[in-house]
Amino acid sequence: MNEAKFTLIKGGRIIDPVNQIDETADLLLEGGVIREVGRPDQPEGCRIIDADGLIVAPGLVDMHVHLREPGYEYKETIAGGTQAAAAGGVTSVAAMPNTQPVTDDPSVVGYVLDKARMGGIVNVFPIGAVTKGLQGKELTEMGLLIKAGCVAFSDDGRAISNSSVMRRALDYARAFGALIIQHAEDPSLASEGCMNEGVTATRLGIPGIPAESESILVDRDIRLVELTGGRYHVAHLSTAGALQSVERAIQRNLPVSCEIAPHHFALTEEAVIGYNTDAKMAPPLRSERDRNALLEGLSRGIVAAIATDHAPHDEDSKRVEFCCAANGVVGLETLLPVTLELVRDGVMSLSDCIAVMTHRPSELLGINRGTLSPGRPADIVLFDERERWTVDANALHGSTRNTPFHGRRVRGRVKRTLVAGRTVYEDGQ
Amino acid sequence: MKATIWNRKHLLGMSDLSREEIYSILDTAASFREVNRREIKKVPTLRGKTVINLFYENSTRTRTSFELAGKRMSADVINMSVASSSVKKGETLIDTLANLEAMNPDVVVVRHSESGAQEFLARNLDAAIINAGDGSHEHPTQALLDILTMENHLPLMGRENFEGLTVAICGDVLHSRVARSNAIGLKTMGATVRFVGPPTLMPSQAEEAFGAKVYYRMEEGIAGVDVVMMLRLQQERMTGAFLPSIREYFEFWGLNHKRLALAAPKAIVMHPGPMNRGVEITSKVADDPNHSVILEQVANGLAIRMAVLYRLCGVEA
Repeated sequence: MNEAKFTLIKGGRIIDPVNQIDETADLLLEGGVIREVGRPDQPEGCRIIDADGLIVAPGLVDMHVHLREPGYEYKETIAGGTQAAAAGGVTSVAAMPNTQPVTDDPSVVGYVLDKARMGGIVNVFPIGAVTKGLQGKELTEMGLLIKAGCVAFSDDGRAISNSSVMRRALDYARAFGALIIQHAEDPSLASEGCMNEGVTATRLGIPGIPAESESILVDRDIRLVELTGGRYHVAHLSTAGALQSVERAIQRNLPVSCEIAPHHFALTEEAVIGYNTDAKMAPPLRSERDRNALLEGLSRGIVAAIATDHAPHDEDSKRVEFCCAANGVVGLETLLPVTLELVRDGVMSLSDCIAVMTHRPSELLGINRGTLSPGRPADIVLFDERERWTVDANALHGSTRNTPFHGRRVRGRVKRTLVAGRTVYEDGQ
Repeated sequence: MKATIWNRKHLLGMSDLSREEIYSILDTAASFREVNRREIKKVPTLRGKTVINLFYENSTRTRTSFELAGKRMSADVINMSVASSSVKKGETLIDTLANLEAMNPDVVVVRHSESGAQEFLARNLDAAIINAGDGSHEHPTQALLDILTMENHLPLMGRENFEGLTVAICGDVLHSRVARSNAIGLKTMGATVRFVGPPTLMPSQAEEAFGAKVYYRMEEGIAGVDVVMMLRLQQERMTGAFLPSIREYFEFWGLNHKRLALAAPKAIVMHPGPMNRGVEITSKVADDPNHSVILEQVANGLAIRMAVLYRLCGVEA
């Protein structure tokens, strides 16, 4: 059956931060493209989507996702990962390159994009590796990778720890205006530990990772940004110290930005108590003091993006002794409700929350998403900001269950997700 | 014997135990100590019960102590050193224990190099588990035997109970499960705990985590204390940039008679073993009958493990 040419999303509260829209109105789509916001005439044969009582926003953009394919299909696939995204209202994901093989060659980028076209249900934007094989030594072919479809570069999962390599990466990326995303953990400080250093680690007898392992690398990198002028982004920033450094860099108009993951602003190291491997990730959950600093950074607009670091792991990788467990948690399906807690707690306005999950990461990646401007792809999320539900690891749409939010009472539920005008997820369907 | 205040399935750590529960184990142990002094050192208490010792780390004394404890109460005791068998075949911890569980043991005594391993097993399986040491986390039977040893000496130190007793735990606190379990248990009993050692071997925020005051200099740390508990220094600490050398460690943090003289006159000296003579303690102190209670600890260890097995095997007191 052919899709109707026109779709009218009626009666919702439309929030589009980049156009400063927050009003009850209708949204007209033509084909896969946004046509008009307001009170458009209803064209002949138009499909109607009732959005009464719902918020209609640009589909969410998650700039930090691990889809695990190719190489780790036993953990997650592009098909499964994009289903989780759709269920979370996320219409665009940036896929990290730490696959097997690593996304360090245009052929792998092509493979990922082909898989996304065939089995994926949301937009997949590959991130290329900064160094070949994530080895931290030789630069990848950034230009060719961009031509193949990469939107940024990262060795995520590993830090680029060699200062000279980082300097060259930032420098070389300038030729293409490319963004370098750093997993900021000084390996020589972090590698001995399995959780944040502090009272909880001491009580549990788990070797700690000091917060300085992050801020030391961020401080160094910012010096290198001064030296090179390269665009630099801190992935999953987790500490007060690193946030302060990023804020100062922004004040000095350096091309520096950062993202924060929901688990870092919603949870602390105490979630590890009981040796909970679903609360183990890198960087680790931090102290309450760090968490409060992150909330303040979010409220002051220092943080460019909320990104999940969605990291699926099979059960065997998590059902082991704490320090032996794989790092990483899934987050796509809890991104929206956990972020809406920031609205409830008065940290950010609803519009600002949507901004850091839509157009602000889109602008960092230079992708044409995250707004409801006419002519743009009709990537849209409809959600009920009031609906309460309980996160259930067993009810997630992705392939794995490693969420740190299992059992959490949350508010805000995705009702429908559209990608290029096509419904890819509908609650209860 | 006091009324039983014990309905736990596992013994995972001292942080679980109330003062009443600790006293209840001490009292049970005191009665078993008498058995160990008889000519025929065997009672039928646990006949028909099965105890498995599952040790992922090398251990001579703890394993022997549990083995003898079970045998003296007529339990069937099996020893498994997994370090040398299944791990090399790639079997996971949980599978190994599930296999043992299928043979229906009453108690599995587990030692493991990873903190939290026993808690993880207890959460996922049915067997009753005794933690015989997990990583740098807890070693509850060691703390119980240490507390029993201190309790025996309270009258000699002119004390009625643990209130006001000051215990200095000295050495590599960072990596020590003995230090953690003792600090928690002694605090529960009402004693005051100090941690003494080089800053590189002190855990982060130790004062906040355990309510123990931290001292970096031995002379200050053991001044006036009733109990000096020395910890074993692992030789591999030299490689991780924790310490420069053994001779420097011994010079500044080793226990000799000159330093011991700074403690209370009737102070006792303890060590969980195995000792490194000339590294953390001089032979003269270790063998000084006026202060050292190190061999009493070993004897009490047997009694404590009998008491714990007795309680966890579900025998009514």
